Amino acid sequence: MAAVQGGMSDADIETDIKTEPSTDGFGNNNANDGRVLSASPGSGSSTGSNKQTAAVTPEDQQTLLAVLQFLKKNKLIESVEILRREAGLPENSLDPKATESAGAGSGGAAGIVDLEGGDVSSLLSRVTGSSSAGAQAPTKAVAEDQPDVRVVLSAYSQQGDPTLYEVYYSDLKKFIETVLDCHRAELSQVFYPLFVHMYLELVYNNHESEAKAFFEKFSGDQECYYEEDLRVLSGLTKKEHMRGNETLLDFRTSKFVLRISRDSYQLLKRHLQERQNNQIWNIIQEHLYIDIFDGMPRSKSQIDAMSGSLAGEAKREANKTKVYYGLLKEPEIELPLDDEDEEAENEEGKPKKKKPKKDSMGSKSKKQDPNAPSQNRIPLPELKDSDKLDKIMYMKEATKRIRLGSDNLPSVCFYTFLNAYQGLTAVDFTDDSSLIAGGFADSTVRVWSVTPKKLRKVKSAADLNLIDKESDDVLERIMDEKTASESKIMYGHSGPVYGISFSPDRNYLLSSSEDGTVRLWSLLTFTCLVAYKGHNYPVWDTQFSPYGYYFVSGGHDRVARLWATDHYQPLRIFSGHLADITCTRFHPNSNYVATGSSDRTIRVWDVLSGNCVRIFTGHKGPIHSLAFSPNGKFLASGATDGRVLLWDIGHGLMMGELKGHTDTIYSLRFSRDGEILASGSMDNTVRLWDVMKAFDDLETDDFTAATGHIHLQDNSQELLLGTYTTKSTPVIHLHFTRRNLLLAAGVSQL
Amino acid sequence: MAEERRQKHCSVVLPTESMKAMAESVGVGQLQEDSCVALSEEVSYRIKEIAQDALKFMHHGKRRKLTTSDIDNALKLKNVEPLYGFQSQEFIPFRFASGGGRELHFYEEKEVDLSDIINTPLPRVPLDVSLKAHWLSIEGMQPAIPENPPPATKEQQKVESTEPLKVVKPGQEEEGTIQGKGQGTTTPDGKGKEKGLIRLKPRSTHELSVEQQLYYKEITEACVGSCEAKRAEALQSIATDPGLYQMLPRFSTFISEGVSTFPTSCLLNHFFTSQKSPEHICVQSADLRLSSKVRVNVVQNNLALLIYLMRMVKALMDNPTLYLEKYLHELIPAVVTCIVSKQLCLRPDVDNHWALRDFAARLMAQSCKTFSTTTNNIQSRITKTFTKSWLDDKTQWTTRYGCIAGLAELGPDVIKTLIIPRLAIEGARIKAVMEGPVISNIDKIGAEHVQSLLLKHCASVIAKLRSPPDNVEQYRTEYGYLGPMLCSHVMKARTQAALQAQQVNRTTLTITQPRPTLSVSQSGLSGSSGPRTPSIIKVPSSLTLMSPRPGTPSQPSPPATKYIVMATSAGAASTQQVITLSSSQSASPVTSTVPSATSTLQPLVKLEPGSGPGLTASRPLQKYIVVSLPSSASSSLETKSSVLPTSISSSSLDGGMKLERSESPGASTQSPH
Repeated sequence: MAAVQGGMSDADIETDIKTEPSTDGFGNNNANDGRVLSASPGSGSSTGSNKQTAAVTPEDQQTLLAVLQFLKKNKLIESVEILRREAGLPENSLDPKATESAGAGSGGAAGIVDLEGGDVSSLLSRVTGSSSAGAQAPTKAVAEDQPDVRVVLSAYSQQGDPTLYEVYYSDLKKFIETVLDCHRAELSQVFYPLFVHMYLELVYNNHESEAKAFFEKFSGDQECYYEEDLRVLSGLTKKEHMRGNETLLDFRTSKFVLRISRDSYQLLKRHLQERQNNQIWNIIQEHLYIDIFDGMPRSKSQIDAMSGSLAGEAKREANKTKVYYGLLKEPEIELPLDDEDEEAENEEGKPKKKKPKKDSMGSKSKKQDPNAPSQNRIPLPELKDSDKLDKIMYMKEATKRIRLGSDNLPSVCFYTFLNAYQGLTAVDFTDDSSLIAGGFADSTVRVWSVTPKKLRKVKSAADLNLIDKESDDVLERIMDEKTASESKIMYGHSGPVYGISFSPDRNYLLSSSEDGTVRLWSLLTFTCLVAYKGHNYPVWDTQFSPYGYYFVSGGHDRVARLWATDHYQPLRIFSGHLADITCTRFHPNSNYVATGSSDRTIRVWDVLSGNCVRIFTGHKGPIHSLAFSPNGKFLASGATDGRVLLWDIGHGLMMGELKGHTDTIYSLRFSRDGEILASGSMDNTVRLWDVMKAFDDLETDDFTAATGHIHLQDNSQELLLGTYTTKSTPVIHLHFTRRNLLLAAGVSQL
Repeated sequence: MAEERRQKHCSVVLPTESMKAMAESVGVGQLQEDSCVALSEEVSYRIKEIAQDALKFMHHGKRRKLTTSDIDNALKLKNVEPLYGFQSQEFIPFRFASGGGRELHFYEEKEVDLSDIINTPLPRVPLDVSLKAHWLSIEGMQPAIPENPPPATKEQQKVESTEPLKVVKPGQEEEGTIQGKGQGTTTPDGKGKEKGLIRLKPRSTHELSVEQQLYYKEITEACVGSCEAKRAEALQSIATDPGLYQMLPRFSTFISEGVSTFPTSCLLNHFFTSQKSPEHICVQSADLRLSSKVRVNVVQNNLALLIYLMRMVKALMDNPTLYLEKYLHELIPAVVTCIVSKQLCLRPDVDNHWALRDFAARLMAQSCKTFSTTTNNIQSRITKTFTKSWLDDKTQWTTRYGCIAGLAELGPDVIKTLIIPRLAIEGARIKAVMEGPVISNIDKIGAEHVQSLLLKHCASVIAKLRSPPDNVEQYRTEYGYLGPMLCSHVMKARTQAALQAQQVNRTTLTITQPRPTLSVSQSGLSGSSGPRTPSIIKVPSSLTLMSPRPGTPSQPSPPATKYIVMATSAGAASTQQVITLSSSQSASPVTSTVPSATSTLQPLVKLEPGSGPGLTASRPLQKYIVVSLPSSASSSLETKSSVLPTSISSSSLDGGMKLERSESPGASTQSPH
């Protein structure tokens, strides 16, 4: 039973499908098939694993075992012990004989091994197989399942008459064109993955001319948002090309997920069985994951709204995890009682010094948000005195904040970088809008002060010894007046700087670069403190946690990493994206991280567990900007397709679509009170959107909430509050000051 | 749609010939066809892969242009050593050469003299990156400041003027109507209160903000005022400022009324009182102040004022952001008035109103060139107007002069078809005034000016039309009274052209390389061959020898350079021809001729593979392209230089000049066409 889902416990329907006909084909290949998700040779284990309810998913188990095996092979006995203990695996789990016997289907072994028997053996055979073949051990992330390319491709070695492929495909096409309208849209989803896999099979089996003909004939039928992938595919005409092609591996390793209603699916199944169309049936079973739901088939527009990603839609299960999207309780900090009081104090001269000492009577005690994570869900750094001062400043500013709305639009101040020769690649503002940092293509990082306060370095060690450490203004005295200037340049990277982020306390700056490093810079000494090495490929984005200390980075190696500034190794590795991670954002409560990727999906990760808790699909191009709403409930994302999508994090739903931009959106930002979303784009415009209206307008009933099938209104024009065109200057960063003035930055392309 | 996309996706593969050529360049002689196919597919695939990766870097670099560094970074991703130091000043660094039945593209790599590099002064240090802040929007309104784009682009202005009833959606409208604080009327739109309402575009309000009124006042005062420096500044502002679109109607009215009122009545007050539209009081007050200023030195300034106004017209036309089409009905009559008016100043015998007529005529020609379309037919209408009044016997000399100037500025074709046939008649008329009884001094001056004007414009055209031996008698019979003078002018023009050509020759002579034979034959005699001597070249019109390398005429470069040998003409089309020609490879390897439709003479230049020593068969060869163009083209050198692209080091050879480069030894193996 080749198609039995070995370790998959997530879909009952799945097994239902998989145990259907399909007897030909894959048996031999699967013996050395490295994919965890593929079948195991032990037939006895299938039922067992399906019943598994252990906390650790079988996939994790398998991965662990593989890691253990690898470590053992490399004589890293100590690590083996530690890992084994931590994972709670029995000692004999690594004994090849035990697992082998389990794999043989004896079912004699006990405990976890019993449940995992088949998988373990397949896993072991994979590890040994790959090592004997001289292949490298998994080089990417530990947690990631990186299959051997050769093995992956061999799954395509299935032979069929190449000339019949076209017939099969057009037969299916004809069938789908003739079904009832309500099913047609749903079934049409099958076209694209089928097309790709059939094409790849043809290529793999060296039927070059057939493959070309097939491509020519049917590529035009595919949805236009797959165009980029089709372009990659069109270049791929030889078996040799398939080796090492990322796009291809993505198609192969990840199942393309389709959501189809039960009725439509039955139709398709019946048709394929009637026609004995095994070729297509095999592909559907092997490479597609069909998420079947009960209820009305979806309409074309509903499907289009959600599709477009590299690997189909997100499974419904993927977005079921509870997400604590609420905000953390603000620490108890004394607020000035009211404005008059503040004014009076200001006149006295030193209001700041007094406030922390005052009693906490004035601060309103916020009640705990039921959706918020517990305060210590992840350890956060303690507030320093300076942080408290800053919080007070923040609250003072907040009282002066302009309340924005559709009839009260923000002013926009645009910072143009002059003489940058188009070399500006990243910009960030500090939260209090006092500093601007720019990352440049010439590897430099520059910081400007936009307030009259100049940038100063700390004095040298010798000079520091001379100052009176007891004095009140010691913080002022350590600064070297001679170094005061409006901007500072920091050298260290050896490639374009693509991501840049200030720490919330304005003492540090992070930058990520093409050279594969993330650097931490001190804004007191204007020197590099740490170079975090881990990504071996360009790091596209990095961002500090809103509470400092942690930061996240993501890059070409398709994983996002969570770091702490005092660890030179990442704390978490978030892996699962199928292509470059293009942007990373922290949730306001610091418990979650959102990543956008070239695979056209957005994933939200739990910092605590490292699990992916949300997958959002719907963009039709690489995602280049993300923004959380200040209340933590919503996420906005912008992509090269020029659309902004709004997401409800709690329900895992798409909330809206904002159309208007004509080019890549590089920047998104909610106003401080979350009323307005600003988007900045390559098309030289800043646009303002009435997101409150978008959230209010959306009608959601229980059914749509449960299935995630929402009806989006096309009301972008009503939601668009303003369009401000620059003089051929793409907008690459936006920032709302604490008083809700919008700052924008860009470099002229003239 | 499916069709289009299929087109896009069909896999493009490098030709196998490229593989062969590349193999040859690294010393692999015989590459099998199979290997070539395999190689080209592989290489094409890899190139695509790298290009796709490079795109990623472009996106993250937040640029629209792919740069070489993106490619380098993409190569780095693949663990391939990037191409260090690859940079090119030009878009495509390849040169094309053909000969011996082969076509080749190659890099031009020049030997560089290190001492030259050392001795060149250091380039200026580029300016450091700096920040500049401006208000993109103030509470939802975009202020009209230079940092922001003009409120309405030329396209929008055009759309507005041509499609006044266009349905405007709120989102789009915002772009067009947010124009500054002064415009209270658009405020509600900007605030989104009328969202979703589809309504007709409101009639554009001609209300100027306070700042704009001030600006208008300053500009108009400066333009007609007495301070030349201020005027230059004001004109500069009109010519470059992007936000003038709203004031355009004012300016055009200012000009047209200024012109129409002055010459006829010569009363300044008249002009100023005529501007009494109620809505611009402020503007009017500006005018009044102006009038008081001008009135002091009344009539003398009449002519000067007209010149100033014409300069304003020119400045408006130079402004790239203005959509002038809407106001031509006011501007053109004003300009034409300045060309043909009977009297432009009080003392026509003393004042140089002729210069004004010349200037206005040039303006007219320019506007014909820019604005003439098939629908408005400006050029033909203007031509008709000029011709009609010129043909009228009663027309005064001043108007006559203006008509001729206006026609002459329209180009050599117009001169050839309209002016030259009438030279004899006009000559007779001039003769009558000059040699007849003196009627009035004014007439005599007028006739003199007309005469010199005719000579000036016609000489260059006739020099192109007629072949060299200039016989005075022949001229007299053909052109009558003006004949002898024309003859001398034509000869002067010819020698001038020759002088220019000689200078050019000096530069071309420095090219030292294996000389290919250049043979030129008339199309009628094509096939006549033999050892080429320079005298063979009998191109009646002047030839231009151009090197595609800008600014490096003296640099000897061993492998071929391409030359385009062409006869000049006045039309801008000729340059286009050359450019398309040089980029297309359709031309036959040996000779390429671009026949020109109007040309009667078609010189061919043939290029033989030079048999000079050291020239191997695989060596790329020089290619000559002769573009022959109507010999009627003007031979004036000024015209030529304006026709040829400035980046190309151009030089001209007169028809009589010898081509020094065709001195290759050995018999030429010419392939007759």
